[in-house]
Amino acid sequence: MAKFLFKRALALIAILFVVSIGTFFLIHLLPGDPTVTILGPNDTAHNKAVLLQQLGLNKPIWQQYWIWLGNVLTGNLGQSFITHATVTSTLAHAVPIDIELVIISQVLALGIAIPLAIASARRPNGLLDRVSTTSSFAMLALPPFIIIVFLVLIFSIHFHVFPGPGSYVPFTQNPWSNLHTMILPAIVLAVGSIVIYFRLLRGDLISTLQEEYITMARSKGLSDRYIMWRHALRPSSLSLLAAAGLNIGGLIAGAFVVEYLLAIPGLGYALVNSIQQVDYLTVQGITLFVAVVVVVLNFIIDFLFTILDPRIARE
Amino acid sequence: MSGELVVDEGFPTEEETQGLLLKVTDLKTSFATPRGRVRAVDGVSLELGRGETLGIVGESGSGKTVLSRSIMGLLPRRTTTQSGSIVFDGTEIVGAEDKTLRTLWGAKIAMVFQDPMTSLNPVVRIERQITESLRLHTSMDKAEAKATAISLLGQVGIPSPTERVRNYPHQLSGGMRQRVTIAIALACSPRLLLADEPTTGLDVTVQAQILDLLSSLQQERHMAVILVTHDLGVVATRTDKIAVMYAGRIVETTTTRRLFADMAMPYTKALLNSTPRISDPSHTRLTAIDGRPPDLINPPPGCAFAPRCESATDQCRTEAPPLRPAPSDPTHLFACWNPLPGGTAGRVTTLEESP
Repeated sequence: MAKFLFKRALALIAILFVVSIGTFFLIHLLPGDPTVTILGPNDTAHNKAVLLQQLGLNKPIWQQYWIWLGNVLTGNLGQSFITHATVTSTLAHAVPIDIELVIISQVLALGIAIPLAIASARRPNGLLDRVSTTSSFAMLALPPFIIIVFLVLIFSIHFHVFPGPGSYVPFTQNPWSNLHTMILPAIVLAVGSIVIYFRLLRGDLISTLQEEYITMARSKGLSDRYIMWRHALRPSSLSLLAAAGLNIGGLIAGAFVVEYLLAIPGLGYALVNSIQQVDYLTVQGITLFVAVVVVVLNFIIDFLFTILDPRIARE
Repeated sequence: MSGELVVDEGFPTEEETQGLLLKVTDLKTSFATPRGRVRAVDGVSLELGRGETLGIVGESGSGKTVLSRSIMGLLPRRTTTQSGSIVFDGTEIVGAEDKTLRTLWGAKIAMVFQDPMTSLNPVVRIERQITESLRLHTSMDKAEAKATAISLLGQVGIPSPTERVRNYPHQLSGGMRQRVTIAIALACSPRLLLADEPTTGLDVTVQAQILDLLSSLQQERHMAVILVTHDLGVVATRTDKIAVMYAGRIVETTTTRRLFADMAMPYTKALLNSTPRISDPSHTRLTAIDGRPPDLINPPPGCAFAPRCESATDQCRTEAPPLRPAPSDPTHLFACWNPLPGGTAGRVTTLEESP
């Protein structure tokens, strides 16, 4: 186990290194001249040369990379030439919002998908199974922006249960109103997750329930409920866990449609804004952050795999 | 079937062997498949006394596994149709509610499955796989159950059971795993143990150990055992009586002693001849039974074995032989129009020597 995790941690560091190189060179692939961006198109060649010197952009590229990496590791991701905010502060504002969204939506999604999958797998092709399988297909066909429009129409405009777009309140300012505004977007994000989680877990549970060790568990006189929770659920949840890892990674930056439509200043919102403003440094900072989160998340998922199935850590 | 209880000289303490433990009457088990109804068990009757050992022998597809699972009532309800009667210790199994069966399962009837690689849950520690039935069926607390689990592991011959109990199944070898499943089955001291090909998935050297372990535990605990196998050699020295199955029916049944001394069914003989013997010279060709077991969806009209039988006549191909007693011994039943001549001993002598 310890050896397995150590190997994984080494791989993690290697991957993070590659990610950092990728993100660094990303900005060099983009068209445009930083001196033009900062000084405008009509400045003198001398001023431009001085600026290059100040920014260190006349140094060899690998030296620039080491300097940049050193800055990144000390938490300095640079300062936007457009908004003059440091990239770190932009992240500090946006990231908690996404964490909150992800937590609420995933608790909702797992809380609904797991019991529903268990109930459906208990009687494959039973009434509940057919209804939930069919409706989950329908959900899969509904893109988030359609769901948002419907939910806003129904819950904000018609029934006034949840506030509409643009009513975001920071958590620190008023936790209760903050939660109130976050529930609608969390539901939208949960819908897509529920469909994936439900279908994966249902399928895996149905095949696990055919296993000989389930018959063996029945032959001990154990109740169906006990067998489902203690014998079937754990070996059936590996795909669910893998999917949750990928899904959460995707949600961190991929919630931008929801954030944009409901005007929630999360990471996706900040990313789209900075792309529109050609704010390369902010784009780079957010990209790096998301990449690191996805890589670290995968490491955590790998670790959880070994807890779910002890055979994985063997070797 | 025979009304008589067949008791071997080995261990009949009168009061405990009184009365039948299990009585199966005209059991039919079939499954719905897209091609039609598979009659996996087609009119089986048998009886088992307390502490007795019955061997059920037949090749793959003869219905022996379905029979053993029917006796336990373990088959999936939605796809299975059952008729007839199975009375275990006064309880009717056919058509019983799961609630009723759960009070028997693990407590009074237990099963050792064929393949210990698939019958143990890979993500649950050995400890819980043993203690969960103890906690369910007895009033033991957690610590007592754990102590019992460790003692059971010791009884089935697992070295350093105190450490092993913390292991996951993948940390044990195949033979050790099968010992664990035996420990699980024995946990609540059942009256009947069903062992379905308990050694098929194991190395030859381990097979004999596991079978001997089962025999000795059976005698200690005075437990009835149904040993299901395709290998007549396995049941020869370890059972009181034998039922030979073919195409979902019992085609010959009697005491183990008599079966090997005077087998009547050509199928029994063929089955015996297809078993390798350690005493055979090396490179001896095995006599395989030609052809395949019949289609259980559309069984042939006459004797199901007729298409593969050397001594089959026209009567065999048109008229199914009933299971009836031998003239010389009413407890010896067989279903054959042209039984082997009396005194056919097969290769009993070598068989008795084999492990």
